[in-house]
This record gives sequence, structure tokens and C-alpha cells, in this order.
Amino acid sequence: MPKYLLLKHYRGGPQPHHPFPPMDQWAPEDVEAHMAFLRHVGEQLKQNGEFIDAQALTPERTWVRYGGQDAAPVTTDGPHPETSDLVAGWYMIDVESRERAIEVAAWVSSEPGPGGGPLYEWIDVREVMWEASSQTDPA
Amino acid sequence: MSDEPAQRLDEGALRALVPRVLAGLVRRGEDLDGAEDALQEALVEALRAWPAHPPDDPRAWLTTVATRRLIDARRSEAARLRREETTYAEPPAAATEEGDDTLFLLFCCCHPDLAPASQVALTLRAVGGLTTREIADAFYVPEATMAQRISRAKRTLRGRRLDQPGDLAVVLRVLYLVYSAGHAGRVDLAAEAIRLARQLTLATEEPEARGLLALMLLNHARLPARLDREGRIVTLDRQDRGLWDTREVAEGVRVLQSALARQSADRRPGRYQVEAAIAALHDDAASAEETDWPQILAWYDDLVALTEDPVRQDPAAVLGRAVAVGQVLGAAAGLRETDRLRAVIGERHRWHAVRGHLHELGGDLPAAASAYAEAARRATNVAERDHLVRQASRARAAGAPGDASPA
Repeated sequence: MPKYLLLKHYRGGPQPHHPFPPMDQWAPEDVEAHMAFLRHVGEQLKQNGEFIDAQALTPERTWVRYGGQDAAPVTTDGPHPETSDLVAGWYMIDVESRERAIEVAAWVSSEPGPGGGPLYEWIDVREVMWEASSQTDPA
Repeated sequence: MSDEPAQRLDEGALRALVPRVLAGLVRRGEDLDGAEDALQEALVEALRAWPAHPPDDPRAWLTTVATRRLIDARRSEAARLRREETTYAEPPAAATEEGDDTLFLLFCCCHPDLAPASQVALTLRAVGGLTTREIADAFYVPEATMAQRISRAKRTLRGRRLDQPGDLAVVLRVLYLVYSAGHAGRVDLAAEAIRLARQLTLATEEPEARGLLALMLLNHARLPARLDREGRIVTLDRQDRGLWDTREVAEGVRVLQSALARQSADRRPGRYQVEAAIAALHDDAASAEETDWPQILAWYDDLVALTEDPVRQDPAAVLGRAVAVGQVLGAAAGLRETDRLRAVIGERHRWHAVRGHLHELGGDLPAAASAYAEAARRATNVAERDHLVRQASRARAAGAPGDASPA
């Protein structure tokens, strides 16, 4: 059973299917519908026995690097180019196949947007490497 | 420590009773679902009660307690089932062979209506007697997720007739999946798969069941040499053969011989027997140089002959054969064999890894380095990825112009 991370982005990725404003500018009922849908996806994945984890991230981002010997870490909060990737959250799932992971990602992407229609959001699907001693010698 | 009961509870022996008791309950007409829950409760009760009061007949004790739980569950469900209690009170059916019980339960758990992951989970729970927690750990998923998977599988089986012979090929595939999942968490799934396959061979004469057991034993024998102390993969040609488990090799060879002896002229050995024969030839070589590659290639010829269109239906066999072709007929011939697979598995890391190996065999180190690097980018397993990165870096360094050191 491979594991996949389905990443949602605040920005970045391919050309959006259609432009939409940030969620804080949506009608309250649309926001509720959107969130209820995502909760439902999580619940359903749990029922299917496919759920590992789901988390949301704040859009605040700080880049950190080693500052050198005896120096403080170097940090930068931006500004970042509008095109840089910004991860908003994820589902981690454990599924039968890659095809099933794609299916779940498309389902997440059908989440209701402003006005109630599907958002067609791009979902970034990444396979998780597993760590286990293999039981057979590679060919 | 003198306060401890003189007779410590043997959890292994307790677990071995699980399939027998469960099979008895299901044969009698219980839902696998309900029977399994009831037996789990009985096991918990056993862990509590047995240290102080060991039963004379543990199997009968578990059956009685599980039956009582089933009755309790029914009672609270509906009173209309009261008449069935008399049947529960009947003495158990005549004792059957342990192997029969295991086979019967394996057929239930490996029902073709279930997805492979569910078959694996249910088999480990109902036949292996593992806890949901242990199975969840072994597959790195939350316990709740595994619990849900198991209960969904049991729901799927509810109402299905479970008294007909199942599909042995599915059972064998499930056991091999369990074996391949390897060793994670607190449970050695490879050892568990071998244990179950051994029980299975008690119940069926099918040579492929023996072939599978032999294949697992002959591969498992090399486990101690497969990783070095830092957890790095050691390829077959570099393994310390002194670390191989000679007892497992001997058992594997014996089991394989008994499988092949059951074949007749008009019935050729199935894929597990063929793969076991290949593994046996590797195990038989005192050093990598002494490997009988022509014989291995002959078995690979048999393996690819099992499917009509091996490139599409069994690319792993064709890829394995390409390695043997490289050893027998030269690297270029091996690479030509892999070319046939490009459209089918050219995206997979294993294809690139084999190409790297064949390029290296042919002395083309820059090409080997590129192929290993490509394989590393596509690996889905951390240990293999790291191994392939090392291979790429080693081949690149050895192939660098002006470097005169031997590879």
C-alpha cells in the first residue's frame, strides 16, 4: 500500500482553471460549504481505512538558514515572488494504488468554491518513500 | 520476581490457537465478523485469567468463552434468536486437522471480493492472531485506520457464503504480500508469512503452496547479509555468504524438491516454484563467481514462458531474465533485453537500476552512473534510493577520466 501526500497550495502550481479570490472574500455560506466538504473528505477517508493525516498551515512563512559559526540563524520573512509555491495543507493517505490517489486528489479538487461550484484547484500529488528492509534482493 | 506465576503465559501458543478456534466458530455458521470480535474478547479474558487458572484444554476454553460472548451479543441485539442458543451449547464438531482450519480461514480472509490490502489485514488478524495495533504498526498507518479497514472487510464478507473452497492462487498472493511487507514495528511479517505458508502446506497438496514456502525461505535465508551494520543495502554479489542461514536454505531446498516431485510431465512448475529454483541456485553458490548463470537463465526462460505476453504481463520476470542474459551472453545482449521493456516499465526505478548494473558489467561506467542516478530519482524506498545514489557516485568516480584506480 503506497502512501501519498496530497498538497493544497495557497499559490504556485499550473495555471489555475479559473481565477478565484482568497477565501476571506467569499460569502460566509460558501466558506462554510467549502470547509464542511473538506471535513467530509477526511471523515470518508477515515471510514475507508485510507486516512493517515490531514493538516492545514498558516500562510506565514519564514525561511531560516545556518548563520555560520557563532552567528545567529539568518531568517527572512519575504517578500517572496508571487509565483513561489506556498503550501496550505495536506491529506496523507494510504491507498491501494496511484490511480486511487489521483482519484482522491480529483475529489478534493472538486471542493465547492465561491458561488458553490467546483473550485478545480490543482492538487500536488506526491508519493511518500517508505523505509523498510526489503525481503528480496533486487534483480 | 518470585511472585510471578510459575507458568508464564505462552503468547505464541495462544496465537496458534486463534485460527483453529475461529475456524470452528465460522464453520458452525457464525459471521466471521462477530466470531472474530468474540474471539478477541476471549483472548483478552485468557490473558487475564490463565496465569492464575490455566485451563486443561485451552482451545475448548476459548471456544466456550467466545461462544458466550457471541450469545451475549445476540441477546442484546434481539430476543428472536433465542432458539439458536441451543445450537451454541452443542459440543463442538469432531476435531479437524490444524491445517484444514488454517486453509478454511485463509479462504475466508482472501475472498476475491476484498481489496488486497484488506485481504492482508484480515489474514494477519484472523489467521495470524495479530492485534490491530500490531498490523497498523507494520504498515505505518494509524490504528484507527487499520481498525476501519478490517471492519470494512468483515462487513463486506457478511452474508457471503464462506463454506466453498476459495481461490488458492489469491491466498498465495496474499501470503507473498505479507512476506514482502517485511519487518516493521514489533512484528516480523516475513516470519509470520513463512509460518502461515508452512501451515498451508499441511492442508494442501498443491505444489505452488510448497513453491511459495520454498521461495520465501530461500530469500529469507539471505536476510542477515542483505544490510550492513549501518543499514546500507548489500547487493547479492557482495554479500558475506557466511551470514546466510544455512538451515533455512536447507529447508527451502527440501520443500522445493518435494514441490517439484509433485509435478508431472504434462504439468509444468508454476511461478513460485520457478522463482524458488532461481533463489536456490543463488543460495547454492559458494561465491558470486561460482553462480550457475546458465542454469538460472534456463529457469528464467521457463518463468517468462508462463505468460503469453511476458513483456506486458510479467515485466519483472523479463527484467530478471535480462540480468541473467547479461551474465551469460554479455552486457550488450542484456541491455537489448531491457530495451523491450522500455515502453512498459521504463518509468520505474528498477528498470534503470538493472540498466546501470548491465552498463557496469560491460565496463561503460559513465552510462552506468547516469542509469543509477536516474534510478535513484525514481526510487520509492529510502534504503534503495540511498543505495542507488551510492552506486551512481561510485560508478562516476571510478569512470572519471585520469582515474587509474581499479573499480
